[in-house]
Amino acid sequence: MTATRRKQLYREYLGHYLTFACAALLIVLTLAIVVFIALQGLATFFANHINPWQFLFSTRWQPDRPLSEGGPLVGTLAFTVGSIAVSLLAVLIGGPLSIVAAVFMVEIAPGWGRRVLQPAIEILAGIPSVVYGWIGLSILVPFLRRELHTLGFSLLAGCLVLAVMIIPTVVSLSADSLRSLSRDLKEAAYALGSTRWQTISRVLLPAARPGIMTAIVLGLARAFGEALAVQMVIGNTRSLPTSILSPMTTLTSAITIDMGYTIPGTAWNNALWSMSLLLLLISFGFIILIHLVGRGRVYR
Amino acid sequence: MKARMVDRVATFFFWLGAGVILALLGALVGYLLFKGGRWLDLAFITRAPENLKAGGGVGPQLFNSFYLLVLSMLFTVPLGVGAGIYLAEYAGRGNVNPAQAMPQSKKATNFLLAALNLSIEALASLPSIVVGLFGLLVFVVSTGWGYSLMAGALALTVLNLPVMVRISLEALHSVPRDLKEASLALGASRWETIWKVVLPAAFPGLVTGGIITAGRVFGEAAALLYTAGMSSPVLDFSDWNPLHPNSPLNPFRPAATLAVHIWKINSEGLIPDVRRVADGSAALLIIVVLVFNLLARWLGNVLYRRMTAS
Repeated sequence: MTATRRKQLYREYLGHYLTFACAALLIVLTLAIVVFIALQGLATFFANHINPWQFLFSTRWQPDRPLSEGGPLVGTLAFTVGSIAVSLLAVLIGGPLSIVAAVFMVEIAPGWGRRVLQPAIEILAGIPSVVYGWIGLSILVPFLRRELHTLGFSLLAGCLVLAVMIIPTVVSLSADSLRSLSRDLKEAAYALGSTRWQTISRVLLPAARPGIMTAIVLGLARAFGEALAVQMVIGNTRSLPTSILSPMTTLTSAITIDMGYTIPGTAWNNALWSMSLLLLLISFGFIILIHLVGRGRVYR
Repeated sequence: MKARMVDRVATFFFWLGAGVILALLGALVGYLLFKGGRWLDLAFITRAPENLKAGGGVGPQLFNSFYLLVLSMLFTVPLGVGAGIYLAEYAGRGNVNPAQAMPQSKKATNFLLAALNLSIEALASLPSIVVGLFGLLVFVVSTGWGYSLMAGALALTVLNLPVMVRISLEALHSVPRDLKEASLALGASRWETIWKVVLPAAFPGLVTGGIITAGRVFGEAAALLYTAGMSSPVLDFSDWNPLHPNSPLNPFRPAATLAVHIWKINSEGLIPDVRRVADGSAALLIIVVLVFNLLARWLGNVLYRRMTAS
């Protein structure tokens, strides 16, 4: 073996192993996150002896109740219900609008869509979540307070802010899925005499359904995990929301607020870690959901 | 003619939907620039913030945002591109290394590929607050650094690694097969082909994607609250020794970024001019995001033209 050949081989190995190390780091990180959050999050049940059932399905949140009165109560149902309500409503508002925009971009005005709407969506995606929260806090909340004579901080404010925030995710993924459809589908529909709306509603949208559903679920996941923007506008009242105008709280915002000033090792602090574990598990649940809805016949 | 009427109405609604989104974006950006732009002057972007009085600036926060961006990209880019190369060029193809006599079993490579893809998906779907809490456990507490720029940079790396890997994969996949095959046919090794042919060809895509990722790092806050912290020490901008505690360059000092600062002043409500500082900071963030977006587009185009000589 010549010296150059040996050098070539050495580099070949080095490159292969270095890039492999980078890739392996992804797996290590994922495992590390699960293990660390789980170890902290399970302390509520093993160290503080809280009943997991109670943690998940009770709405009584008195994490600082002294032992003499029966010990801390950390029922997180109000947070979980709040998270689910605000993100589902956000998708209900933002989802249809996004699908309309995606169809517009791909089918109605491709040139205009690519030149104007696509960059607009990218900028919308780039706006930091705190800025969305700040706009919600400085415009939306006062507006709701003035017009509806309520507190302003509400489920409604939260889901409106989130609805805007998920638009970029849903639009770009739905547009991708519409673009990946075979031309034959559209041409066959037109050849049979369909109008554009008939083609879109009866051929293209059904054919792109797995991709669009995936987009919607990813939007839902993004809304569910968003912390600061939501926290700034929902009022953070630790009870179940009674109406769309009542203040409420979510898993993420409770963690954000309380993590800073609770003492590590207390039931209160441990409960926050358990809530993070819950968030982690729910985000994995979304992945499974995506794989389920993303299946189905794909026309390419 | 009913079908045609319905078609017209539908078309109108599609235009309306697109118009609503555009109007929303225009209103948001216009409002932020108009409201916050009034406060943007040299004093605002250079002065230190006030704790209780009005009239503070955001100088250290602005600096921290950029410094954190640079630090985290130093980790994110090499790791992300490396993992992208592995996934695009090596993974799932067995080991065709000339010196390796035993080919890897197909089952093992498939398992590895599945694990990698699942990890990327899992990391990408993590809420950023969870990443921040992981950072708190590992980079803040276990390392003993406390709230620090380094902890924040590493948390941001965890947050953006899956994004960077996906961007690299896309850029690498878009390189024409012919280029690779020609290089291999000329006797170049696999690594030489990657290093001298594939990476340069993928460069425009990598740059564009990298800048857009950087824009996101700049505005991230949830992952930083409990890693880089919500405060900054008094910074001495004449001391550039990274080892000094008050030096702006010290990576082991706490550092509130611009985005974190907006959140903090709102939740504390201690300064009387929250509105002015938050409006100004939000305008700054928007301007940076817009600049990053334009820069990514422009640089991507320029590089593409250079490389393809078109």
